[in-house]
Amino acid sequence: MLKGLLLGVAGLAMTLTNAVPVFAQEVVKVGLILPMTGPFASTGRQVSAGAKAFIAAKGDTAGGKKIELIIRDDGGVADQTRRIAQELVVNEGTKVLAGFGLTPLAMAVAPVATQAKIPTVVMAAGTAAITKASPFITRTSGTLPQYSVPVGTWASQNGIKKVVTLVSDYGPGVDAEKWFTKEFKAKGGEIAEAVRIPLQNPDFAPFLQRVRDAKPDAVFVFLPSGVGSLFMKQFADRGLADAGIKLIATGDVTDDDILNSMGKPAIGTITGHFYATSHDSPENKAYVEAFEKANNKMRPNFMSVGGYDGMALIYNALEKTKGDASGPAFMEAVKGLSWTSPRGPVSIDPETRDIIQNIYIREVKEVNGQLHNVEFQTFSALKDPEKAEAK
Amino acid sequence: MSVLPQDIDMMASHSTAAAHSRADKLMKRRSRIRFYEVVIWLAAIAAYFLLPSKMLILTEIAILALFAVSLDLVLGFAGIVSLGHAAFFGLGAYIAGLVALHYVAEPVTGLVLAGLAAGIFGFLTSFLILRGSDLTRLMTTLGIGLMMAELANQMAWLTGGADGLSGFSLNPIFGLFEFDLFGKTGYVYCLVVLFIGTMIMRRIAFSPFGLSLKAIKSNPMRAGMIAVPARKRIVTIYTIAAAFAGIAGALLAQTTSFVSPDVLAFHRSADVLMVLTIGGTGYLYGGVFGAVLFTLVKDWLSVVTPQYWMFWIGLILVVLVLIGRERLTGWIGYLPERFSKKEDRR
Amino acid sequence: MLTILFDGVAYGMLLFILACGLTVTLGLMNFINLAHGAFAMTGGYVTVVMMNRYGISFYWCLPAAFLITAILGLILERTLYQWLYRADHLDQVLFSIGIVFMAVAGADYFMGGQQQLINLPPELSGRMDVFGVGIGRYRLFTIVICAVLALALQLILSKTRFGSRLRAAVDDRRVAMGLGINVPVVFALTFAFGSGLAGLGGAMGAEILGLEPNFPLKFMIYFLIVVSVGGTSTVSGPFLAAMLLGVADVAGKYYVPAIGPFVIYALMIIMLILRPNGLFSRGAGR
Repeated sequence: MLKGLLLGVAGLAMTLTNAVPVFAQEVVKVGLILPMTGPFASTGRQVSAGAKAFIAAKGDTAGGKKIELIIRDDGGVADQTRRIAQELVVNEGTKVLAGFGLTPLAMAVAPVATQAKIPTVVMAAGTAAITKASPFITRTSGTLPQYSVPVGTWASQNGIKKVVTLVSDYGPGVDAEKWFTKEFKAKGGEIAEAVRIPLQNPDFAPFLQRVRDAKPDAVFVFLPSGVGSLFMKQFADRGLADAGIKLIATGDVTDDDILNSMGKPAIGTITGHFYATSHDSPENKAYVEAFEKANNKMRPNFMSVGGYDGMALIYNALEKTKGDASGPAFMEAVKGLSWTSPRGPVSIDPETRDIIQNIYIREVKEVNGQLHNVEFQTFSALKDPEKAEAK
Repeated sequence: MSVLPQDIDMMASHSTAAAHSRADKLMKRRSRIRFYEVVIWLAAIAAYFLLPSKMLILTEIAILALFAVSLDLVLGFAGIVSLGHAAFFGLGAYIAGLVALHYVAEPVTGLVLAGLAAGIFGFLTSFLILRGSDLTRLMTTLGIGLMMAELANQMAWLTGGADGLSGFSLNPIFGLFEFDLFGKTGYVYCLVVLFIGTMIMRRIAFSPFGLSLKAIKSNPMRAGMIAVPARKRIVTIYTIAAAFAGIAGALLAQTTSFVSPDVLAFHRSADVLMVLTIGGTGYLYGGVFGAVLFTLVKDWLSVVTPQYWMFWIGLILVVLVLIGRERLTGWIGYLPERFSKKEDRR
Repeated sequence: MLTILFDGVAYGMLLFILACGLTVTLGLMNFINLAHGAFAMTGGYVTVVMMNRYGISFYWCLPAAFLITAILGLILERTLYQWLYRADHLDQVLFSIGIVFMAVAGADYFMGGQQQLINLPPELSGRMDVFGVGIGRYRLFTIVICAVLALALQLILSKTRFGSRLRAAVDDRRVAMGLGINVPVVFALTFAFGSGLAGLGGAMGAEILGLEPNFPLKFMIYFLIVVSVGGTSTVSGPFLAAMLLGVADVAGKYYVPAIGPFVIYALMIIMLILRPNGLFSRGAGR
């Protein structure tokens, strides 16, 4: 009885309140949803600091509108992300959603973006498939295939014949493994073994021993950044470097934020990524200086640049639409945007809404007593290979 | 379940008749609908009209409440401390998601199937928790939960692994009510399921069966002596609780149309245990009160201080325990039982 | 093969150092202290701050980590924990989870969310070959420390006056008090000692397990596994359990990586089914 009543009442109420509320046009609210607590808190911190740095540098108006940033914590839990996104859109009248530290968090929001036609800017998550989940999603970080492939190319050109891959056993790790392997094999290399490490794994000893026993020329590694630094220490401790095994990786492993504390073992590691704090350009110098000043000497890493460029994208798109933040118009403006980021020239692929950027091959070196990822080779204007291939 | 008066009349012995009618009265008093229960449900309905902008958090509360109430069956009635209840929640969520993705997008079907699957899994694992101390059970349930989480991550071909299961959308409920962005349908749907679920669990918990569980909880040996088959009862209640946890998980999957591996994560089991103990165990509504309190406080804190809200939650817990939980949840006992009729409290 | 065995033993030993403090509080004082990891984290951070900010040698950091954490444990015991010895297990679980949350947020506030790393003195890093078996120096160091610790712990509990007082206090608080044993002091010291052990474990584990604010939550499960499998009434139980789990985990991940993550949990459940009260149980569980 009660159930019937409830459903009836619900139906009635829904017809009454289905009109979308109208909001003041002077302010464009940007909802930044990030993991500020939990195991991925450092991602949230870097991205939000990057986004704030942009506003501090460029002011808070774009396309004649005032930009207001609302930061919320999802703790890295997907259903929270989804609820917060929905609340921001429905209650706060947020016009643009941004942030998203991990792939599942972005995936959870995709249906909201589609249903509400809200432009959604992914600033950190790196699995290739995200932008396919909704036509309103764009990205300013990068995809794992995008920066795994150049590492494969570099390895095959530099006398490395036999490689063991070692990745975290989850979406991005599998992506990195797949694309590195593909590129490296196509260039004539041999994959001796593919090792996957469970996410909850305190000790790397057994995996490293496996690598050692396979006697490769190099080991290709993808691990989320905090875990990566631990790995690095154990790698050195186990004497893999002395056994002639080179360490090549994606840039997540030598995260600039904590690179310095990794110490000597990290030196000589070759990585491929889209941003290094030491990138040599006037834009980056200004960025790093402002960022370190605002954040108590914390070094900006690739995630912060994702946040910075996410805001750049929102500003540029709003300028182009003259302040129109409605989904279709905004997304139309996003397609083909290009600007100069601290990381170098970037643009948004009109077909996939994913970022096109340079990928740099870097080596960890000591510069003025500090460890840095020093860039020495550039692969220009790369698209995400996964979507390029799908065509 | 209850003994009808005419049955008693037919009985020859006078004393058994008296005993039966006493038992009858006791059962009736225990299962009587209390005043506060009516208030809760009315408040939940009123919330729909008064707080149209809070539908999403209300939905979350309803789901968490159902999950916590199901845990109360295990913890409050059978006395089993479980740190792995999320295993059933998560299983339900995945089943609901997979059903919607591959078979039928009708929500109620998915809900029932999720409940069934979680119930079966609960039945199978219930045999593992029959032995040992509190700590042993805590760890066994925890282990099962962690293995499920790892399994969901490993079976990426089925579950989408760490990226989560997405790309399914649900049809309107019974073909009538579509899930909207404001979460209104979602809330009503969850509330109705919560209501039905709580009523069923209430019927179970306040039956002679529920009483026998409490007997097992307070003294298994004595319960055995008055011929209560402890093992069988525990298996049964664990299965039922698992099924409802699965339904709660299915609700989450359906209202968010997304399932990520953290539905199985350890923190979910810990959260629900916390929710239940905040609200008080052993009377079912503790789960509801706890869910309301916990979610609202957490949401408020995480807006005020996105980075450090955990500290304040922790502080609240510590203070709560030091003051004594009973004092906070004891007030329930002082509420009028049913529109203040008789004063025959235990 | 032997290298894997060695790594497994070292890993198990590390687990033991981390968990043995918990054995003391949980097993002897019957207090489910989920905040054990928070004490371990404190020890870890003490080490990190001393080494990285003040450049103090690693060897001095270890006793310092033990002492500072023990003092912290003592303060917390006197102010908070002592009220909860007789409380419900559920209350203890809630209370200690609350402490963990506060510790996590506090560490985040004071130390930042990033992974903290320490650089060991050169004689402890790297590895050496002994008859063809690769042996990590730091792991060897861990094994030695741990073996000494396990032995000392066993001796203290079974041979010293303090140990027998403690056991008496645990078995029957009232009779012990009647015999003139100052039970609160014994408990406070024991708790401080247990916390100190956790701090030492955290300091030693920072190198291998890493250190960040979520440490107490991340590793709580492992401590509990060790203690529950080993049983809470002896020191040798958890010691063997830690060893068994360490070797099984490492070997499982080396030989069959596909099912690697399941090994430790499956083993725990099997052990708990076979021996619900731990490897060496002292009769019925409490």
